[in-house]
Amino acid sequence: MITIQQLSKRFGKLQVLNEVSLTLEGGQCVALIGPNGSGKTTLIKAILGMVIPQSGNIRFKGKDIVGEWEYRNEIGYMPQIGQYPENMTIGQVLDMMKDIRRVPESTLDYDLFNAFGLGGMLDKRMRTLSGGTRQKVSACLAFMFNPEVLILDEPTAGLDPISTELLKDKIIGERQKNKLILITSHVLSELDDLVSEVIYMQEGKPLFHKTLQSLKAETGTNRLSSAVARVMAIHEFVD
Amino acid sequence: MNKIIKYVIADLLRSRTILVYTAVLLVLSFSVFSMEDNADKGVVSLLNIVLFVVPLVSIIFSTVYLYNSAEFMELLVSQPLRRNVIWMSIFIGLAGAVSLAFAVGVGIPVIFYAATASGLMLVLCGCSLSLIFVSVALWAAVRIRDKAKGIGLAILLWLYFALLFDALVLFLLFQFSDYPIENGMVALSLLNPIDISRILILLQIDISALMGYTGAIFRSFFGTGGGVALTIAVLILWSAVPLWFSLRFFKRKDL
Repeated sequence: MITIQQLSKRFGKLQVLNEVSLTLEGGQCVALIGPNGSGKTTLIKAILGMVIPQSGNIRFKGKDIVGEWEYRNEIGYMPQIGQYPENMTIGQVLDMMKDIRRVPESTLDYDLFNAFGLGGMLDKRMRTLSGGTRQKVSACLAFMFNPEVLILDEPTAGLDPISTELLKDKIIGERQKNKLILITSHVLSELDDLVSEVIYMQEGKPLFHKTLQSLKAETGTNRLSSAVARVMAIHEFVD
Repeated sequence: MNKIIKYVIADLLRSRTILVYTAVLLVLSFSVFSMEDNADKGVVSLLNIVLFVVPLVSIIFSTVYLYNSAEFMELLVSQPLRRNVIWMSIFIGLAGAVSLAFAVGVGIPVIFYAATASGLMLVLCGCSLSLIFVSVALWAAVRIRDKAKGIGLAILLWLYFALLFDALVLFLLFQFSDYPIENGMVALSLLNPIDISRILILLQIDISALMGYTGAIFRSFFGTGGGVALTIAVLILWSAVPLWFSLRFFKRKDL
């Protein structure tokens, strides 16, 4: 569904993405993991067209995304830190998004909206919200328009345990609808029951892209965190 | 496109700065006109305030707004929208709000007290100065990521157009006073939209006679159909060129 070829991005002298090539298919839930500053968020922003790469290309359903914008109708994006106009209320932000997307009211997905109880906070201004509530708004917006691709950047950072569970249930539910879900997270234990594929990024390059099963089989462990630790240990040994 | 303009304008009105700006202009114009018994004298008094305040407010307010709405733009860019549309909507929203504030704040008193050619010219020039300085602010804000530096540049640009440029012109005038530079002065004045506005308004009032030979040259240039057409074209260029550069940069900007 999304094909990335030889994507490179530099911020000044800093090479953030270095010849990244990846293929992401529908029906998969992909974990994008790696240390801080390994280029995960930049990769996501490049897919969304927010960051313009220096070279390489990204194809969404076979079509190059340079200068395109319609394809973003099919992407739900939950940013790492939800940035919203500070003096708009939650209700106004939701209305604005509905206005931009122009999706018929009947097809909107209000599951998370109801689960998080955002209905009772519609009049709160964005600047008064806690980090967790912002995350809830972001999550709700990402899922609301039933997109085919979900890109979740650190979705559970700042969420309380109950909301985290609600969000995880929702992600599992969406995965069964043959959608592509791309998640970055530092909490590997959380990803165990969600993901089907793992991409490990380091210094702007994907070190490996494997299914969770083969990763676990290769390393002889049954938890993602220890499997990744094992791979890293082997990798450092080889280096 | 319309929906984003709608949200930009709603956001601008919520900040109340625009409303305060309108109110200040209204009070200022009404008090100036009620102090002067002659409409043209009122226009001249107002002219000096307008040529100072309008560029300042337009450029600073727009720059601050652009930096404060960085999140809003980031949110919009991740949505299915063209970058052109986002940027143009922000320009139209800002320029619309600032020039509407001017049209109300100065236009209404002018209709009451000085519904003359000079009054009309004052309102038109004020509106086009608003557009021009919003457009310059867009260019400054898109090029510079750091908020403090961006606002600093905006202030510098305003200083240049409002004060430094005139000082430069005066300097040249005295240095080359022995040469026939009147035509050169006309060309030079086209490089500053504030100067163009001042000349256009003063020419509507009969005090250009006080400006001596240069005044006569200005009159013979700006008073003719061709001159007016050229000035309008230059004013349009002044608002379109920075906007076009900022748009080109915004389309390639990393958010």
